[in-house]
Amino acid sequence: MKNWKIFISLSFLMCLVFGAQTVALAEQQKDEEEFKAGEVIIEHVLDSYDWHLFSWKGHAVTINLPIIAISEGRFYTFSTKHLHDGNTYVTTNKKTGEPMTFAIPGEGQYKGKVVILGKDGTRIRPLDISITKNVMALFISSTLIIVLFYLVMKAYQKRGEKAPKGLQSLFEWLIVYVRDDIARKAISENKVDRYLPYLVTVFFFIIINNILGLIPIFPFGANITGNIAVTAVLAMFTFFITNLLGNKEYYKDIFNTPGVPWFLKYPLPLMPIIETVGCFTKPFVLAVRLFANITAGHIVVLGFISSIFIVAKVSLMGGVGMSVFSLILAIFVDCIELLVAYIQAYVFTLLSALYFGMASKEHHH
Amino acid sequence: MELISPDIGFLFWMTLAFGIVFFFVARFAFPVINKMLKQREEKITEALEKAERTHAEMEKLQANNEILLQQAREEREKMLNEARLSSEQIIEEAKAKASQEANRMIDSAKETIENEYKAAVTEIKNEIANISIKVAEKILQEELSKNDKQMDYINKIIKEYDNK
Repeated sequence: MKNWKIFISLSFLMCLVFGAQTVALAEQQKDEEEFKAGEVIIEHVLDSYDWHLFSWKGHAVTINLPIIAISEGRFYTFSTKHLHDGNTYVTTNKKTGEPMTFAIPGEGQYKGKVVILGKDGTRIRPLDISITKNVMALFISSTLIIVLFYLVMKAYQKRGEKAPKGLQSLFEWLIVYVRDDIARKAISENKVDRYLPYLVTVFFFIIINNILGLIPIFPFGANITGNIAVTAVLAMFTFFITNLLGNKEYYKDIFNTPGVPWFLKYPLPLMPIIETVGCFTKPFVLAVRLFANITAGHIVVLGFISSIFIVAKVSLMGGVGMSVFSLILAIFVDCIELLVAYIQAYVFTLLSALYFGMASKEHHH
Repeated sequence: MELISPDIGFLFWMTLAFGIVFFFVARFAFPVINKMLKQREEKITEALEKAERTHAEMEKLQANNEILLQQAREEREKMLNEARLSSEQIIEEAKAKASQEANRMIDSAKETIENEYKAAVTEIKNEIANISIKVAEKILQEELSKNDKQMDYINKIIKEYDNK
């Protein structure tokens, strides 16, 4: 009960700070000739090479993150600060010894991405494993998750069979929830233990990243679970675990589906094709759902905030009125986002559990 | 389009980061947590079962007590009945004995009276006979000399008396 109160009050505080900071971010856009809400929103949702903290006296205070590029098997590491405002970074090609120019183009196919400028003005995209804002945020949240799990593990070791306390009770509640209401409902009893560690990890990874994404202040606030790469990796894990741990009957269902007329399997293997495609669409849908839900939430909140400035362009008083209205709406949407943060973690875990259950169940014809 | 096309670099880092988290949780944290959860659950289940068992035993004991109590009550009832019966019997017997004794006493009294009576009669008879003899003697002494007729008469009277 006490935990819940703290949780709810923290969430409200989060929403307020988020609202305030978004106003500040938008303020910096004010000076520009035209306020393009769409661009601003997409920029905030996307990844970047530096981490913009806040604006101070017209200057953006940012953390310059390292760029790591691999070209022709050689590593090139340098700070993002060299590439600010369309600057180029010149270094020597470690293979040929010739000068090599890195840049971030502001337009074209590789807009906003690190490229190597060729002599004839061509842009070559190196293998880019830079520590971007999202990567940095991912490291922070992953470390946080590991630390939290470590603390909970220690608590269990210390308290033994005694009733849980503090953080341990929060984790226990969620772990037992994942076990009893997700895993045990979808997977046959004797197989649950095999899949449970993954389901617990995925649930906590998504819910923690979702919530951290809603906290607008550094070092949180990056749109991690709203990035297709993150959800794709999570879905890939689910895909591999489903198919690598699938039993004989699961594969029989795919390649020789029982209860289907023979002409659907031979000479044209229609059913096997459909079933195989199904294997890939399932994780694809998982990835898209999580990505779309979280990104949509961020876009809606940013949209409400942006509307303040769109109205303010027309009339100052309207902007003031709009800001109150928009803030209330943005806070409201943020609260919904908290709900979504949980729901999406639940849905991803539940669907993963269902796929595991399907791949491991024993048929009794 | 950038929004929906996964970035290779980020894919790489994400796989690494999530892999590490997954490894840590699955290899170290979760087994400990799961073990403790299971142990605690087992303990709770055990405790509940034990409580259930104890409760059942208590109920059985109570039922036994009830039966014992019932038996004791029945026993008491029986004993009371028996006591009542035996006391009645004793009274009855005493009464019978008393009346028997009374009868016996009455009988013996009657017998005594009879015997006394008989003895008294005999004594009276003897006395009367003696008196008669004395009377007769006197009469005889005075009258026998007088006449024979009188003598006959006396004899006749004695005979009559005897026959009585």
